[in-house]
Amino acid sequence: MGLGLVTLYLSFLILIPLGAVVWKSQSDGWSAGWHQVTSPEAAAALKLTLAISAGVALFNLVMGTIIAWVLVRDEFAGKGIVELFIDLPFALPTIVAGVVLLSLYGPRSPAHVDIAFTRTAITVALLFVTLPFVVRTVQPVLLELDRDMEAAAASLGASPFLIARRIILPNLVPAMLTGTGLAFARAIGEFGSVSLLSGNLPFHTEVSAVNIYNQIQSDNPVGAAAQSTVLLVIAFVVLFALDRLKRWGVHRG
Amino acid sequence: MASASGLSDGTVAVRGNRRPVARYGLRFVALGYLLVLLAAPVAMVFYRAFQHGLGPIWSALTTSEARSAIEVTLIVAISAVVLNTLFGVGTALLLVRRRFPGRHFLDVLVDLPQAVSPIVVGLALILVYGKFGFFGSWIERNGLKIIFSLPGMVLATAFVSLPLVVRSVAPVLAELGDEQEQAARTLGASSWQTFRRITLPSIRDALAYGVVLSLARSLGEYGAVTVVSGHVIGKTLTLTLFIDERLQNFDQPAAYSAAVLLAIIAMGSLLISRRFRTRSRSVA
Repeated sequence: MGLGLVTLYLSFLILIPLGAVVWKSQSDGWSAGWHQVTSPEAAAALKLTLAISAGVALFNLVMGTIIAWVLVRDEFAGKGIVELFIDLPFALPTIVAGVVLLSLYGPRSPAHVDIAFTRTAITVALLFVTLPFVVRTVQPVLLELDRDMEAAAASLGASPFLIARRIILPNLVPAMLTGTGLAFARAIGEFGSVSLLSGNLPFHTEVSAVNIYNQIQSDNPVGAAAQSTVLLVIAFVVLFALDRLKRWGVHRG
Repeated sequence: MASASGLSDGTVAVRGNRRPVARYGLRFVALGYLLVLLAAPVAMVFYRAFQHGLGPIWSALTTSEARSAIEVTLIVAISAVVLNTLFGVGTALLLVRRRFPGRHFLDVLVDLPQAVSPIVVGLALILVYGKFGFFGSWIERNGLKIIFSLPGMVLATAFVSLPLVVRSVAPVLAELGDEQEQAARTLGASSWQTFRRITLPSIRDALAYGVVLSLARSLGEYGAVTVVSGHVIGKTLTLTLFIDERLQNFDQPAAYSAAVLLAIIAMGSLLISRRFRTRSRSVA
Protein backbone atom coordinates (compact mmCIF):
# COMPACT_ATOMS: atom_id res chain seq x y z
CA MET A 1 0.00 0.00 0.00
CA GLY A 2 2.88 2.33 0.82
CA LEU A 3 4.44 1.61 -2.54
CA GLY A 4 1.19 2.43 -4.32
CA LEU A 5 0.81 5.78 -2.52
CA VAL A 6 4.41 6.83 -3.15
CA THR A 7 4.18 5.83 -6.80
CA LEU A 8 0.94 7.75 -7.18
CA TYR A 9 2.39 10.86 -5.53
CA LEU A 10 5.59 10.86 -7.58
CA SER A 11 3.65 10.18 -10.78
CA PHE A 12 1.31 13.11 -10.34
CA LEU A 13 3.99 15.45 -9.01
CA ILE A 14 6.93 14.64 -11.28
CA LEU A 15 6.51 11.94 -13.87
CA ILE A 16 3.31 13.01 -15.61
CA PRO A 17 4.25 16.74 -15.65
CA LEU A 18 7.73 16.09 -17.08
CA GLY A 19 6.23 13.65 -19.57
CA ALA A 20 3.76 16.38 -20.55
CA VAL A 21 6.64 18.73 -21.39
CA VAL A 22 8.20 16.21 -23.77
CA TRP A 23 4.81 15.33 -25.22
CA LYS A 24 3.87 18.98 -25.75
CA SER A 25 7.15 19.74 -27.53
CA GLN A 26 6.13 17.44 -30.39
CA SER A 27 2.35 17.99 -30.30
CA ASP A 28 2.57 19.85 -33.62
CA GLY A 29 4.97 17.23 -34.98
CA TRP A 30 8.66 16.72 -34.28
CA SER A 31 9.75 19.05 -37.07
CA ALA A 32 7.63 21.87 -35.65
CA GLY A 33 9.25 21.33 -32.26
CA TRP A 34 12.68 21.33 -33.83
CA HIS A 35 11.77 24.48 -35.74
CA GLN A 36 10.93 26.18 -32.41
CA VAL A 37 14.25 25.19 -30.85
CA THR A 38 16.24 26.38 -33.85
CA SER A 39 14.39 29.69 -34.23
CA PRO A 40 17.03 32.45 -34.10
CA GLU A 41 16.11 33.76 -30.65
CA ALA A 42 15.79 30.36 -28.98
CA ALA A 43 18.98 29.06 -30.60
CA ALA A 44 20.90 32.18 -29.52
CA ALA A 45 19.65 31.76 -25.95
CA LEU A 46 20.62 28.09 -25.89
CA LYS A 47 24.08 28.76 -27.30
CA LEU A 48 24.68 31.53 -24.78
CA THR A 49 23.48 29.34 -21.90
CA LEU A 50 25.67 26.39 -22.85
CA ALA A 51 28.77 28.52 -23.49
CA ILE A 52 28.59 30.49 -20.24
CA SER A 53 27.62 27.41 -18.20
CA ALA A 54 30.58 25.46 -19.59
CA GLY A 55 32.94 28.33 -18.80
CA VAL A 56 31.49 28.70 -15.31
CA ALA A 57 31.76 24.95 -14.66
CA LEU A 58 35.42 24.91 -15.75
CA PHE A 59 36.23 27.95 -13.64
CA ASN A 60 34.57 26.19 -10.70
CA LEU A 61 36.75 23.15 -11.37
CA VAL A 62 39.86 25.24 -10.70
CA MET A 63 38.60 27.57 -7.96
CA GLY A 64 36.57 24.90 -6.17
CA THR A 65 39.59 22.62 -5.96
CA ILE A 66 41.78 25.45 -4.66
CA ILE A 67 39.18 26.41 -2.03
CA ALA A 68 38.76 22.78 -0.94
CA TRP A 69 42.54 22.46 -0.69
CA VAL A 70 42.85 25.59 1.43
CA LEU A 71 39.98 24.47 3.71
CA VAL A 72 41.55 21.04 4.29
CA ARG A 73 45.31 21.62 4.28
CA ASP A 74 45.73 25.22 5.39
CA GLU A 75 45.18 26.72 8.85
CA PHE A 76 44.21 30.33 9.42
CA ALA A 77 42.07 32.43 11.72
CA GLY A 78 38.38 32.39 10.79
CA LYS A 79 38.52 29.11 8.85
CA GLY A 80 35.43 27.86 10.69
CA ILE A 81 33.38 30.80 9.44
CA VAL A 82 34.55 30.30 5.85
CA GLU A 83 33.74 26.61 6.19
CA LEU A 84 30.21 27.42 7.35
CA PHE A 85 29.35 30.13 4.86
CA ILE A 86 30.71 28.38 1.81
CA ASP A 87 27.28 26.70 1.60
CA LEU A 88 25.41 30.01 1.68
CA PRO A 89 24.81 30.06 -2.10
CA PHE A 90 22.88 26.79 -1.71
CA ALA A 91 20.78 28.12 1.16
CA LEU A 92 20.15 31.58 -0.27
CA PRO A 93 17.06 31.95 -2.50
CA THR A 94 18.21 32.64 -6.06
CA ILE A 95 16.37 35.96 -6.28
CA VAL A 96 18.13 37.04 -3.08
CA ALA A 97 21.43 36.02 -4.68
CA GLY A 98 20.48 38.35 -7.53
CA VAL A 99 19.65 41.23 -5.15
CA VAL A 100 22.90 40.63 -3.25
CA LEU A 101 25.04 40.83 -6.39
CA LEU A 102 23.04 43.78 -7.72
CA SER A 103 23.67 45.74 -4.53
CA LEU A 104 27.45 45.64 -5.00
CA TYR A 105 27.88 45.21 -8.75
CA GLY A 106 24.75 46.98 -10.02
CA PRO A 107 23.97 50.50 -11.25
CA ARG A 108 24.34 52.00 -7.75
CA SER A 109 27.57 50.15 -7.03
CA PRO A 110 29.63 51.83 -4.31
CA ALA A 111 32.71 50.19 -5.86
CA HIS A 112 31.82 51.76 -9.24
CA VAL A 113 31.67 48.34 -10.86
CA ASP A 114 28.44 48.18 -12.80
CA ILE A 115 28.04 44.91 -14.64
CA ALA A 116 24.23 44.85 -14.75
CA PHE A 117 22.66 43.81 -18.06
CA THR A 118 25.87 42.33 -19.48
CA ARG A 119 27.07 38.80 -20.15
CA THR A 120 29.57 39.31 -17.35
CA ALA A 121 26.60 39.63 -15.00
CA ILE A 122 25.27 36.24 -16.13
CA THR A 123 28.70 34.71 -15.51
CA VAL A 124 29.02 36.23 -12.04
CA ALA A 125 25.49 35.13 -11.07
CA LEU A 126 26.15 31.57 -12.20
CA LEU A 127 29.53 31.51 -10.42
CA PHE A 128 27.74 32.60 -7.24
CA VAL A 129 24.98 29.98 -7.28
CA THR A 130 27.30 27.09 -8.27
CA LEU A 131 30.17 27.97 -5.91
CA PRO A 132 29.79 25.09 -3.39
CA PHE A 133 29.51 22.15 -5.85
CA VAL A 134 33.19 21.40 -6.52
CA VAL A 135 34.28 22.46 -3.02
CA ARG A 136 31.82 20.06 -1.40
CA THR A 137 32.64 17.09 -3.65
CA VAL A 138 36.43 17.49 -3.48
CA GLN A 139 36.73 18.33 0.22
CA PRO A 140 35.74 14.90 1.66
CA VAL A 141 38.05 13.07 -0.75
CA LEU A 142 40.92 15.35 0.19
CA LEU A 143 40.23 14.71 3.88
CA GLU A 144 40.35 10.94 3.38
CA LEU A 145 43.48 11.04 1.24
CA ASP A 146 46.32 8.97 2.65
CA ARG A 147 49.17 11.35 3.36
CA ASP A 148 51.75 8.61 3.69
CA MET A 149 51.94 8.46 -0.09
CA GLU A 150 52.85 12.13 -0.23
CA ALA A 151 55.39 11.70 2.56
CA ALA A 152 56.94 8.74 0.73
CA ALA A 153 57.17 10.69 -2.51
CA ALA A 154 58.70 13.66 -0.71
CA SER A 155 61.28 11.46 1.00
CA LEU A 156 62.23 10.11 -2.40
CA GLY A 157 62.93 13.67 -3.50
CA ALA A 158 59.74 14.57 -5.40
CA SER A 159 59.06 18.30 -5.56
CA PRO A 160 55.72 19.58 -4.16
CA PHE A 161 54.61 20.31 -7.71
CA LEU A 162 55.37 16.75 -8.80
CA ILE A 163 53.54 15.35 -5.77
CA ALA A 164 50.50 17.49 -6.52
CA ARG A 165 50.46 16.44 -10.16
CA ARG A 166 51.25 12.73 -9.85
CA ILE A 167 49.77 11.76 -6.48
CA ILE A 168 47.13 14.20 -5.26
CA LEU A 169 45.42 15.23 -8.49
CA PRO A 170 44.78 11.72 -9.88
CA ASN A 171 42.98 10.84 -6.66
CA LEU A 172 40.82 13.95 -6.84
CA VAL A 173 39.83 13.74 -10.50
CA PRO A 174 36.56 11.78 -10.10
CA ALA A 175 35.34 14.15 -7.37
CA MET A 176 36.42 17.21 -9.34
CA LEU A 177 34.55 16.01 -12.42
CA THR A 178 31.43 15.20 -10.38
CA GLY A 179 31.36 18.69 -8.88
CA THR A 180 31.94 20.27 -12.27
CA GLY A 181 29.14 18.24 -13.86
CA LEU A 182 26.69 19.14 -11.11
CA ALA A 183 27.63 22.81 -11.41
CA PHE A 184 27.05 22.67 -15.16
CA ALA A 185 23.66 20.98 -14.79
CA ARG A 186 22.64 23.61 -12.26
CA ALA A 187 23.94 26.49 -14.36
CA ILE A 188 21.99 25.66 -17.54
CA GLY A 189 18.69 25.78 -15.63
CA GLU A 190 19.33 28.80 -13.42
CA PHE A 191 16.64 31.48 -13.54
CA GLY A 192 16.18 33.73 -10.49
CA SER A 193 19.60 35.30 -10.09
CA VAL A 194 20.22 35.59 -13.83
CA SER A 195 16.85 37.09 -14.73
CA LEU A 196 17.41 39.87 -12.24
CA LEU A 197 20.97 40.73 -13.29
CA SER A 198 21.11 40.09 -17.00
CA GLY A 199 18.44 42.45 -18.33
CA ASN A 200 17.24 39.61 -20.58
CA LEU A 201 17.98 41.25 -23.92
CA PRO A 202 17.20 38.78 -26.73
CA PHE A 203 20.31 37.68 -28.68
CA HIS A 204 22.55 39.33 -26.12
CA THR A 205 21.82 38.44 -22.49
CA GLU A 206 18.80 36.16 -22.69
CA VAL A 207 19.51 32.66 -21.33
CA SER A 208 17.38 29.59 -22.05
CA ALA A 209 15.43 29.59 -18.78
CA VAL A 210 14.43 33.23 -19.35
CA ASN A 211 13.59 32.49 -22.98
CA ILE A 212 11.31 29.64 -21.85
CA TYR A 213 9.67 31.95 -19.30
CA ASN A 214 9.03 34.58 -21.98
CA GLN A 215 7.53 31.98 -24.30
CA ILE A 216 5.18 30.83 -21.52
CA GLN A 217 4.15 34.45 -20.94
CA SER A 218 3.58 35.08 -24.65
CA ASP A 219 1.47 31.95 -24.86
CA ASN A 220 3.73 29.74 -26.96
CA PRO A 221 3.65 26.51 -24.94
CA VAL A 222 5.04 24.40 -27.80
CA GLY A 223 8.13 26.58 -28.11
CA ALA A 224 8.59 26.66 -24.35
CA ALA A 225 8.18 22.88 -24.13
CA ALA A 226 10.58 22.25 -27.02
CA GLN A 227 13.33 24.36 -25.48
CA SER A 228 12.62 22.78 -22.06
CA THR A 229 12.99 19.31 -23.57
CA VAL A 230 16.44 20.25 -24.85
CA LEU A 231 17.47 21.43 -21.37
CA LEU A 232 16.02 18.25 -19.81
CA VAL A 233 17.91 16.01 -22.23
CA ILE A 234 21.21 17.80 -21.59
CA ALA A 235 20.75 17.62 -17.81
CA PHE A 236 19.89 13.90 -17.97
CA VAL A 237 22.93 13.14 -20.11
CA VAL A 238 25.13 14.92 -17.56
CA LEU A 239 23.52 13.07 -14.64
CA PHE A 240 23.83 9.75 -16.45
CA ALA A 241 27.50 10.40 -17.16
CA LEU A 242 28.07 11.29 -13.49
CA ASP A 243 26.36 8.07 -12.41
CA ARG A 244 28.71 6.15 -14.69
CA LEU A 245 31.65 8.08 -13.31
CA LYS A 246 30.64 7.18 -9.77
CA ARG A 247 30.47 3.47 -10.59
CA TRP A 248 33.80 3.69 -12.38
CA GLY A 249 35.36 5.38 -9.33
CA VAL A 250 33.92 2.76 -6.96
CA HIS A 251 35.02 -0.02 -9.28
CA ARG A 252 38.53 1.39 -9.56
CA GLY A 253 38.98 2.23 -5.91
CA MET B 1 45.94 6.00 11.92
CA ALA B 2 47.83 7.69 14.74
CA SER B 3 51.19 7.10 13.09
CA ALA B 4 49.84 8.29 9.74
CA SER B 5 48.65 11.59 11.11
CA GLY B 6 51.90 12.04 13.01
CA LEU B 7 53.87 11.58 9.83
CA SER B 8 51.74 13.88 7.77
CA ASP B 9 51.82 16.64 10.36
CA GLY B 10 55.59 16.55 9.98
CA THR B 11 55.43 16.77 6.20
CA VAL B 12 53.00 19.64 6.25
CA ALA B 13 55.28 21.59 8.55
CA VAL B 14 58.28 20.87 6.34
CA ARG B 15 56.45 21.74 3.15
CA GLY B 16 54.88 24.77 4.74
CA ASN B 17 58.28 26.11 5.69
CA ARG B 18 59.85 25.30 2.38
CA ARG B 19 57.04 26.66 0.21
CA PRO B 20 55.38 29.52 2.06
CA VAL B 21 54.84 31.32 -1.25
CA ALA B 22 52.69 28.54 -2.68
CA ARG B 23 50.75 28.17 0.55
CA TYR B 24 50.03 31.87 1.06
CA GLY B 25 49.39 32.22 -2.66
CA LEU B 26 46.65 29.60 -2.64
CA ARG B 27 45.16 31.02 0.54
CA PHE B 28 45.14 34.49 -0.98
CA VAL B 29 43.47 33.28 -4.18
CA ALA B 30 40.81 31.23 -2.37
CA LEU B 31 39.91 33.85 0.23
CA GLY B 32 40.13 36.72 -2.25
CA TYR B 33 37.70 34.95 -4.57
CA LEU B 34 35.26 34.23 -1.72
CA LEU B 35 35.49 37.83 -0.58
CA VAL B 36 34.71 39.34 -3.98
CA LEU B 37 32.05 36.83 -5.00
CA LEU B 38 30.34 35.99 -1.71
CA ALA B 39 31.26 37.96 1.41
CA ALA B 40 31.36 41.51 0.04
CA PRO B 41 28.03 41.35 -1.85
CA VAL B 42 26.24 39.74 1.11
CA ALA B 43 27.70 42.33 3.49
CA MET B 44 26.63 45.09 1.09
CA VAL B 45 23.00 44.00 1.01
CA PHE B 46 22.95 43.96 4.81
CA TYR B 47 24.51 47.40 4.91
CA ARG B 48 21.96 48.76 2.41
CA ALA B 49 19.08 47.28 4.38
CA PHE B 50 20.25 48.39 7.82
CA GLN B 51 21.91 51.73 6.98
CA HIS B 52 18.98 53.73 8.36
CA GLY B 53 18.40 51.42 11.31
CA LEU B 54 15.71 48.91 12.02
CA GLY B 55 12.77 51.29 11.61
CA PRO B 56 12.57 51.35 7.79
CA ILE B 57 12.92 47.56 7.61
CA TRP B 58 10.15 47.10 10.11
CA SER B 59 7.80 49.42 8.28
CA ALA B 60 8.68 47.88 4.89
CA LEU B 61 7.90 44.41 6.17
CA THR B 62 4.66 45.31 7.95
CA THR B 63 2.77 46.87 5.05
CA SER B 64 -0.34 44.86 4.25
CA GLU B 65 1.26 43.66 0.99
CA ALA B 66 4.40 42.44 2.77
CA ARG B 67 2.43 40.81 5.57
CA SER B 68 0.31 38.92 3.08
CA ALA B 69 3.48 37.85 1.20
CA ILE B 70 4.93 36.47 4.44
CA GLU B 71 1.68 34.66 5.16
CA VAL B 72 1.44 33.14 1.66
CA THR B 73 5.11 32.09 1.84
CA LEU B 74 4.53 30.30 5.15
CA ILE B 75 1.37 28.54 3.94
CA VAL B 76 3.01 27.32 0.74
CA ALA B 77 6.32 26.32 2.34
CA ILE B 78 4.78 24.50 5.29
CA SER B 79 2.33 22.59 3.07
CA ALA B 80 5.17 21.53 0.77
CA VAL B 81 7.34 20.49 3.70
CA VAL B 82 4.53 18.40 5.24
CA LEU B 83 3.99 16.63 1.91
CA ASN B 84 7.69 16.04 1.45
CA THR B 85 8.19 14.80 4.99
CA LEU B 86 5.39 12.22 4.76
CA PHE B 87 6.24 11.00 1.27
CA GLY B 88 9.99 11.50 1.77
CA VAL B 89 10.13 9.13 4.74
CA GLY B 90 7.85 6.70 2.91
CA THR B 91 10.02 6.79 -0.20
CA ALA B 92 13.23 6.38 1.79
CA LEU B 93 11.77 3.35 3.62
CA LEU B 94 10.74 1.77 0.32
CA LEU B 95 14.11 2.40 -1.30
CA VAL B 96 16.12 1.03 1.60
CA ARG B 97 13.92 -1.69 3.06
CA ARG B 98 12.06 -3.22 0.13
CA ARG B 99 13.01 -4.96 -3.09
CA PHE B 100 10.54 -4.51 -5.92
CA PRO B 101 10.63 -4.20 -9.70
CA GLY B 102 11.37 -0.60 -10.70
CA ARG B 103 13.25 0.22 -7.52
CA HIS B 104 16.24 1.62 -9.42
CA PHE B 105 13.84 3.71 -11.51
CA LEU B 106 12.30 5.16 -8.34
CA ASP B 107 15.79 5.92 -7.07
CA VAL B 108 16.59 7.91 -10.21
CA LEU B 109 13.18 9.60 -10.19
CA VAL B 110 13.82 11.04 -6.72
CA ASP B 111 16.96 12.82 -7.95
CA LEU B 112 15.36 14.23 -11.09
CA PRO B 113 14.09 17.51 -9.58
CA GLN B 114 17.68 18.62 -8.93
CA ALA B 115 18.44 18.47 -12.64
CA VAL B 116 15.32 20.28 -13.81
CA SER B 117 15.28 24.04 -14.26
CA PRO B 118 12.70 25.68 -11.96
CA ILE B 119 11.09 27.29 -15.00
CA VAL B 120 10.63 23.87 -16.60
CA VAL B 121 9.01 22.67 -13.35
CA GLY B 122 6.48 25.48 -13.60
CA LEU B 123 5.80 24.80 -17.27
CA ALA B 124 5.39 21.06 -16.60
CA LEU B 125 2.75 21.72 -13.94
CA ILE B 126 0.87 24.17 -16.18
CA LEU B 127 0.78 21.61 -19.00
CA VAL B 128 -0.90 19.09 -16.69
CA TYR B 129 -2.98 21.11 -14.23
CA GLY B 130 -3.49 24.37 -16.15
CA LYS B 131 -6.70 25.42 -17.90
CA PHE B 132 -5.67 23.76 -21.16
CA GLY B 133 -3.67 20.99 -19.51
CA PHE B 134 -4.28 17.21 -19.37
CA PHE B 135 -6.52 17.41 -16.33
CA GLY B 136 -7.56 21.03 -16.94
CA SER B 137 -11.16 20.44 -17.97
CA TRP B 138 -11.72 17.88 -15.19
CA ILE B 139 -10.31 20.32 -12.62
CA GLU B 140 -12.45 23.17 -13.92
CA ARG B 141 -15.60 21.05 -14.02
CA ASN B 142 -15.12 20.23 -10.37
CA GLY B 143 -14.79 23.89 -9.50
CA LEU B 144 -11.13 23.61 -8.50
CA LYS B 145 -8.26 25.89 -9.31
CA ILE B 146 -4.67 24.70 -9.14
CA ILE B 147 -2.56 26.83 -11.46
CA PHE B 148 -2.42 30.59 -10.63
CA SER B 149 -3.51 29.65 -7.14
CA LEU B 150 -2.05 28.24 -3.91
CA PRO B 151 -2.30 24.48 -4.71
CA GLY B 152 -0.16 24.94 -7.82
CA MET B 153 2.42 26.90 -5.83
CA VAL B 154 2.52 24.12 -3.24
CA LEU B 155 3.03 21.52 -6.00
CA ALA B 156 5.84 23.58 -7.57
CA THR B 157 7.56 23.98 -4.20
CA ALA B 158 7.13 20.30 -3.30
CA PHE B 159 8.59 19.34 -6.70
CA VAL B 160 11.83 21.29 -6.29
CA SER B 161 12.41 20.28 -2.66
CA LEU B 162 11.45 16.62 -3.08
CA PRO B 163 14.91 14.98 -2.86
CA LEU B 164 16.02 16.69 0.35
CA VAL B 165 14.16 14.60 2.95
CA VAL B 166 14.64 11.33 1.06
CA ARG B 167 18.37 11.88 0.63
CA SER B 168 18.92 12.84 4.28
CA VAL B 169 16.97 9.90 5.71
CA ALA B 170 17.87 7.06 3.30
CA PRO B 171 21.60 6.70 4.16
CA VAL B 172 20.87 6.61 7.89
CA LEU B 173 18.18 3.95 7.38
CA ALA B 174 20.61 1.89 5.31
CA GLU B 175 23.29 2.19 7.97
CA LEU B 176 20.91 1.21 10.80
CA GLY B 177 19.91 -2.09 9.26
CA ASP B 178 16.60 -3.71 10.10
CA GLU B 179 17.46 -6.14 12.92
CA GLN B 180 15.70 -4.06 15.56
CA GLU B 181 12.65 -3.59 13.36
CA GLN B 182 12.46 -7.31 12.72
CA ALA B 183 12.84 -8.04 16.43
CA ALA B 184 9.93 -5.70 17.17
CA ARG B 185 7.85 -7.45 14.52
CA THR B 186 8.52 -10.92 15.94
CA LEU B 187 7.49 -9.61 19.36
CA GLY B 188 4.12 -8.73 17.86
CA ALA B 189 4.41 -5.00 17.15
CA SER B 190 2.30 -3.67 14.29
CA SER B 191 4.10 -1.90 11.46
CA TRP B 192 2.94 1.50 12.73
CA GLN B 193 4.17 0.66 16.26
CA THR B 194 7.50 -0.49 14.84
CA PHE B 195 7.86 2.70 12.87
CA ARG B 196 6.92 4.99 15.73
CA ARG B 197 8.87 3.26 18.51
CA ILE B 198 11.91 1.88 16.68
CA THR B 199 12.51 3.52 13.29
CA LEU B 200 11.44 7.11 13.96
CA PRO B 201 13.60 7.66 17.07
CA SER B 202 16.72 6.47 15.25
CA ILE B 203 16.21 8.64 12.16
CA ARG B 204 15.08 11.68 14.16
CA ASP B 205 18.18 13.84 13.59
CA ALA B 206 18.52 12.90 9.94
CA LEU B 207 14.84 13.69 9.43
CA ALA B 208 15.21 17.03 11.20
CA TYR B 209 18.17 17.81 8.93
CA GLY B 210 16.10 17.02 5.84
CA VAL B 211 13.12 19.03 7.09
CA VAL B 212 15.25 22.12 7.79
CA LEU B 213 16.86 21.91 4.34
CA SER B 214 13.52 21.48 2.67
CA LEU B 215 11.91 24.30 4.63
CA ALA B 216 14.76 26.65 3.69
CA ARG B 217 14.47 25.63 0.04
CA SER B 218 10.68 26.01 0.11
CA LEU B 219 10.70 29.47 1.71
CA GLY B 220 13.06 30.71 -0.99
CA GLU B 221 11.74 29.07 -4.15
CA TYR B 222 11.29 31.61 -6.92
CA GLY B 223 11.50 30.29 -10.48
CA ALA B 224 8.97 27.46 -10.31
CA VAL B 225 6.56 29.52 -8.21
CA THR B 226 6.72 32.60 -10.42
CA VAL B 227 5.45 30.55 -13.39
CA VAL B 228 2.41 29.11 -11.60
CA SER B 229 1.52 31.94 -9.22
CA GLY B 230 -0.20 34.47 -11.47
CA HIS B 231 1.23 37.25 -9.27
CA VAL B 232 -1.98 38.41 -7.64
CA ILE B 233 -0.88 40.94 -5.02
CA GLY B 234 -2.25 40.04 -1.61
CA LYS B 235 -3.24 36.56 -2.80
CA THR B 236 -0.50 34.60 -4.57
CA LEU B 237 2.60 36.72 -3.97
CA THR B 238 5.28 34.98 -1.92
CA LEU B 239 8.24 36.84 -0.38
CA THR B 240 10.53 36.05 -3.32
CA LEU B 241 7.90 37.29 -5.78
CA PHE B 242 7.36 40.33 -3.55
CA ILE B 243 11.08 41.18 -3.91
CA ASP B 244 10.79 41.04 -7.67
CA GLU B 245 7.58 43.07 -7.70
CA ARG B 246 9.05 45.77 -5.42
CA LEU B 247 12.22 46.02 -7.55
CA GLN B 248 10.11 46.55 -10.65
CA ASN B 249 8.37 49.40 -8.85
CA PHE B 250 11.75 50.90 -7.89
CA ASP B 251 11.02 50.34 -4.21
CA GLN B 252 14.57 49.29 -3.33
CA PRO B 253 14.21 49.59 0.47
CA ALA B 254 11.30 47.11 0.59
CA ALA B 255 13.12 44.72 -1.76
CA TYR B 256 16.30 44.90 0.32
CA SER B 257 14.35 44.40 3.55
CA ALA B 258 12.65 41.24 2.26
CA ALA B 259 15.95 40.00 0.80
CA VAL B 260 17.69 40.46 4.13
CA LEU B 261 14.86 38.68 5.94
CA LEU B 262 15.26 35.68 3.61
CA ALA B 263 19.06 35.85 3.89
CA ILE B 264 18.84 35.70 7.69
CA ILE B 265 16.50 32.70 7.44
CA ALA B 266 18.98 31.03 5.05
CA MET B 267 21.90 31.62 7.43
CA GLY B 268 19.89 30.36 10.38
CA SER B 269 18.89 27.22 8.52
CA LEU B 270 22.56 26.68 7.64
CA LEU B 271 23.53 26.81 11.31
CA ILE B 272 20.66 24.60 12.50
CA SER B 273 21.03 22.02 9.72
CA ARG B 274 24.75 21.77 10.42
CA ARG B 275 23.98 20.75 14.01
CA PHE B 276 21.44 18.11 13.02
CA ARG B 277 23.77 16.71 10.38
CA THR B 278 26.66 16.23 12.79
CA ARG B 279 24.32 14.60 15.29
CA SER B 280 22.71 12.29 12.75
CA ARG B 281 26.18 11.22 11.54
CA SER B 282 27.42 10.49 15.04
CA VAL B 283 24.37 8.29 15.67
CA ALA B 284 24.89 6.34 12.46
